[in-house]
Amino acid sequence: MFERSEGGGVELRLSSDERSLLAGLVDELRALLDDAPGDPSLRRLFPPAYEEEDEERAYRDLMGGELLDGRRSALDVVAQTLDRERLSPDEADAWLRALNDLRLALGTRLDVKEDTFGEELRRDDPRAPALAVYGYLSWMQEQLIEAVSS
Amino acid sequence: MSTAAPVEVEAPREVQDFEHDRPWIVIVWNDPINLMSYVTLVLQKLFGYSKAKATKLMLQVHNEGKAVVSTGTREKAEHDVARLHAHGLWATMRQD
Repeated sequence: MFERSEGGGVELRLSSDERSLLAGLVDELRALLDDAPGDPSLRRLFPPAYEEEDEERAYRDLMGGELLDGRRSALDVVAQTLDRERLSPDEADAWLRALNDLRLALGTRLDVKEDTFGEELRRDDPRAPALAVYGYLSWMQEQLIEAVSS
Repeated sequence: MSTAAPVEVEAPREVQDFEHDRPWIVIVWNDPINLMSYVTLVLQKLFGYSKAKATKLMLQVHNEGKAVVSTGTREKAEHDVARLHAHGLWATMRQD
């Protein structure tokens, strides 16, 4: 899926199913960031810096817009490079952050815990399909980390 | 300028200066979503830590629930926290 490219960056090989799954997830998170940045599933994307309320508000006023823009542009990079065979180092970095944001949002919605994948998932668990997507994103991120670290 | 310059004696500081000088610490907290390999990579990338040092800090976060990953002035700590937030890590800061 991801391999270290000789000239720096990462080689990318995705099936059309993988591309459309990712495109859908990216669109969904992008829309949520645009339309409902206060959505509870996004809380892990914007953790507080300070315990004290006034200080936290000042941090949010100063950095909130920049953090939101960074997340949007990383998702845009993924959407624009899904069909590519090679990612530049900067694009690979945007992919890493975007995959992580997708996992943070989905994992929060699914209430993922340390032991969520330790026990056998019941077939009739309503979360099963979404947990499978979450597992796939985790595996994908792990592959990309390996490729950029090698 | 090496050894011959006279040593300046510092005037005693006010208490509030001490308050101001106390360093700020940046803490990364454990969470069930961020991958261990990702946390290690982010610490290497943002702070220039070796793989060994970044791995040690990541394991401290994982095993003890948190780790101090950087210290400095308030401005530096806030900059570091924002960069960690941009990468999705659960980071907070406080004065030591």
